[in-house]
Amino acid sequence: MRAQIAVYAVLTALALAAPFLGLYPVFLMKLLCFAMFACAFNLLLGYTKMLSFGHAAYFGASAYVTGWLTTVHGWGTVEGILGGVAVSMLLGLVIGAIAVRRQGIYFAMITLALAQVVYFICLQAQFTGGENGLQGIPRGSLLGVIGLGNDRIMYYFVLAVFVGVFVFIRRIVHSPFGQVLKAIRANEPRAISLGYKVDRYKLTAFVLSASLAGLAGSLKALVLGFATLSDVSQTTSGEVILMTLLGGSGTFLGPVIGANVVVTLQEYLSDIVGAWVSVIIGAIFVVCVMIFRRGFVGEIERRFARRAA
Amino acid sequence: MTTVFGVPLPAILGQLMLGLVNGSFYALLSLGLAVIFGLLGVVNFAHGAFYMLGAFAAYVGLQMLGINYWWALLLAPLAVGLLGVLIERLFLRHLYQVEPVYGLLLTFGIALIAEGIMHSLFGSSGKSYPVPALLQGGFNLGFMVLPIYRAWVVLASVTVCGMTWFLIERTRLGAMLRAATENARLVQAFGINVPLMVMCTYGAGVALAALAGVLAAPVIQVSPLMGSSLVIVVFAVVVIGGMGSIVGAIVSGLVLGLIEGLTKVVYPEASNIVVFIIMAVVLIWRPAGLFGKEQ
Repeated sequence: MRAQIAVYAVLTALALAAPFLGLYPVFLMKLLCFAMFACAFNLLLGYTKMLSFGHAAYFGASAYVTGWLTTVHGWGTVEGILGGVAVSMLLGLVIGAIAVRRQGIYFAMITLALAQVVYFICLQAQFTGGENGLQGIPRGSLLGVIGLGNDRIMYYFVLAVFVGVFVFIRRIVHSPFGQVLKAIRANEPRAISLGYKVDRYKLTAFVLSASLAGLAGSLKALVLGFATLSDVSQTTSGEVILMTLLGGSGTFLGPVIGANVVVTLQEYLSDIVGAWVSVIIGAIFVVCVMIFRRGFVGEIERRFARRAA
Repeated sequence: MTTVFGVPLPAILGQLMLGLVNGSFYALLSLGLAVIFGLLGVVNFAHGAFYMLGAFAAYVGLQMLGINYWWALLLAPLAVGLLGVLIERLFLRHLYQVEPVYGLLLTFGIALIAEGIMHSLFGSSGKSYPVPALLQGGFNLGFMVLPIYRAWVVLASVTVCGMTWFLIERTRLGAMLRAATENARLVQAFGINVPLMVMCTYGAGVALAALAGVLAAPVIQVSPLMGSSLVIVVFAVVVIGGMGSIVGAIVSGLVLGLIEGLTKVVYPEASNIVVFIIMAVVLIWRPAGLFGKEQ
């Protein structure tokens, strides 16, 4: 417990000081957005063992909607974010309601297929700008008071939201609702026989995860100023799985670390090796699945637990 | 001129023909996927990548080694199938003890690797593969011209699907395969080498995907990402047909191809998503799929 508090204290200090350590703030914000995305995804994979293979749909749809509302309709930043999150929540409700009817790999395939529908809608609809995507999304200001154009101010805003989401997810996992989710993860038939409406719990978790993924997408659109088809693509859905798996699914810090590693790798490698990035990401996938299924944080926790025992 | 839904009949027939060709690819791919899933319990995400590799094998064979189309039909599935056997032996085999989603994730990683390598070597632009001399031209049916190559694709695919069905449902080897699907341990106890059978089944499923790739090479552009969105459609086809059902995979592949073709005429905007919509409806109405058994 004491070690945990120490780790969080160090990480918070690092996050607060990061823009003054010579790191590029936009890159830091991108890291935070993808870390938030991975945490949202982990709520499903880690705590309910539902592998959604289409989480980019919520991330990307929300990015598009926020961008569209703020650019075309002149909505404020906060309203734009809320609008995006509402849409991804709704999408999560519809897709989740269909997908929770099946388990395991079926669930994965169904979420993937329905996310592909979202992808094609984004490709063909007018408001998304088709192949070009939406560009020049303004950051605006917080309720007309604090302008977010400055990278450092924007960074602290994104950091605040990220910390809020992180604490919220911890709260959910430790709540009675979270306990039921873990019971479903451990033994679904038993949870049903105990009288829990398992499908309803799973759907709630799904909608929560989709909404938070949407929040991450909205912020990403504001930070980088654009929303593109790659945000809703199958590749992004795969990447968030990799982030969570690599860092350690079912741990709080795992997805954060995984997201940092994957985004940093992509950022630096794509300049050096070009299309080989996809090969490297694929290879990390294979290694993770074959010999590293607990991920970084999972392995560390296991070492500590063994020493304590 | 005769019209249906206000569209000239030849246009509809043309799209239906294209739909049937696409349906042939869906059928071949979902058949391989269903066979692999039936025995290994693995959803092979790399199926689209193997389809792509099949097409590239034919392309490279022709460009660099002078291997013609007919040899490619035999050699490309063989080569890609061997690659599949290797992957089963080295990776997949070690994942049967853990949850099935890991098989899905592993094959997803393999697909990324295969697509990345081909992208780096050949670039992202499409390559065209010539239609073999014997299959050029078309039949004039009076109301439309039927390209011979398209007819050949449908014929070849239906024949291969029929042969695979026969092999699995009507032969001794198929009986062993089906028995191993039900209870692998018991079949092993009878002295049948199940791990070898599993390895060969994966290879055969992959070879079917590669065969579809060779068949597709002359009608589409050969490119590294040609299989990446196709595999998702094929997943939907398999879910609609019922996972692991051989007949379900073949029939729903062909029918969904036709429906997709028809949608292109009636409401083109929806042609990309119609298969997924049907999947959602089927799942609500019959969660196990049209030909699947309720567990």
